[in-house]
Amino acid sequence: MKLRERLPAWIFLFVLLVVWELSVSRGLVPDYLLPAPSGIWATAVELRAELWVATLSTFSSILWGLIASAVIGVTAAVCFFVVPILRRAILPFCVFFQTVPIIAIAPLLVIWFGFGETTVRASAFIVSVFPILANTLTGLEETDPLLRELFRLYRPSRLKTILKLQLPSAIPYVLAGLRIAVGLATIGAIVGEFIAGGGLGALIDSALTQQRTDLVFGGVLASTLLALVLVIGIDLLSRLLMGRRPYMRSSSR
Amino acid sequence: MEAPAILVRDLVKRFPNQAHNVLENVSFSVAAGECVALLGPSGCGKTTLLRLLMGIEAPTSGTLVVEESLRSRLAYVFQEPRLVPWRTTLENVLLPFELTGSLTAETRELAVARLRELGLGERLAHFPRELSGGMQMRVALARALVTRPRVLLLDEPFAALDERTRFRLEDLLLELRAEYDLQYVFVTHSIAEAVYLGDRVLLLNNQGRLHADERVSLPPRDQDLKLQPEFNRYVRALSQSFHALEVTA
Repeated sequence: MKLRERLPAWIFLFVLLVVWELSVSRGLVPDYLLPAPSGIWATAVELRAELWVATLSTFSSILWGLIASAVIGVTAAVCFFVVPILRRAILPFCVFFQTVPIIAIAPLLVIWFGFGETTVRASAFIVSVFPILANTLTGLEETDPLLRELFRLYRPSRLKTILKLQLPSAIPYVLAGLRIAVGLATIGAIVGEFIAGGGLGALIDSALTQQRTDLVFGGVLASTLLALVLVIGIDLLSRLLMGRRPYMRSSSR
Repeated sequence: MEAPAILVRDLVKRFPNQAHNVLENVSFSVAAGECVALLGPSGCGKTTLLRLLMGIEAPTSGTLVVEESLRSRLAYVFQEPRLVPWRTTLENVLLPFELTGSLTAETRELAVARLRELGLGERLAHFPRELSGGMQMRVALARALVTRPRVLLLDEPFAALDERTRFRLEDLLLELRAEYDLQYVFVTHSIAEAVYLGDRVLLLNNQGRLHADERVSLPPRDQDLKLQPEFNRYVRALSQSFHALEVTA
């Protein structure tokens, strides 16, 4: 996006921060409810070492969850695609599972995996696997029928058709799924940390008990920036892949 | 007498959920080496006939025999180039080898050689979207030719191209025929193209029946031939048959 197109958003942010700062400093809003941006910034700078360690820990959990989601999601999609009966047997439960809120499952994860990273990673995985699975499955199923007919002329094995036609044409769908999954994995990791400890989730939670609203905001800011960095990372990965080879659904016509 | 390359007897094709037959008792034979144009109004079953010859569709009834030595040496060129978008020119041409498990250094060289002959030597690493329509069609032709076919089946291969490119590719097809001992059956909407490229023109009517079977005896083709009276006699005769079809329809 060009700077010109982004300008309104920057102006809005600037106005928002100014109004926010002024309303706190003039005493319109008490700062234990809403600390001023300058106060949040000061706390973030002061506690940068703790924030950095917590952010790295959350980042690592999200990454673990995402990688597991990508590997398991894509593999499961291929299995469902190859064995339709498996899909009919299992997919409805995946959809059902997807509707159960992660906050309700997290205590169970603690029982199973204990306090700490494993539970957080599992939590990030659980919320982010489904979009990747569903998107990949759609991508595999929506291969261009004209290309499928072309491939049939040469009577290839099922494996070759999947490797050379269906998987490559599903790549844009997998990337779109990954983009959705990044945001969800961030939520999953932080919810997991609320309950299992560690990372930004635990930092926000303990700041809450100490009524350090400024530190809560610091944690929220760090998690937002983290999600942003991850989304940009996925975008870069997409551009890198698609720039190297134009993966797309339809053949030239 | 030599066995025909293709023998079709009382061929009928009806698709499920359709009220009438697409092809109705079509019979003809194609001699070895003969090149045939399939001509007819839209929806008369030309493409279906070509797909039956290739084995993409199965006949409802009737006989369709391709001479044994040719059976595994058929190649098909679709109406559109149908290139795999994420594969380069060379990779698209190597696709038949990869899918049949016969990719070797030798077949790779053959693919490069064919692409060079078709004027695509500089475009080996380009993706389809970076090529013009005419170039894409040439890649599709190379993909068909690289399997060393004896019979090429082409479904309106040049229909989407501008006239200049079409004429160039028509001449290319004639050169390939001479060079590789190749015969072809092709579907076209253009009467002039049918006369120019075919030794014979089969005209199908709207009911999917064979309406006319015209033999074309013309001197070796070049684009100037299209200006000659004998060429135009064939075109006129076929146009009249074609027109008669549309009047009865």
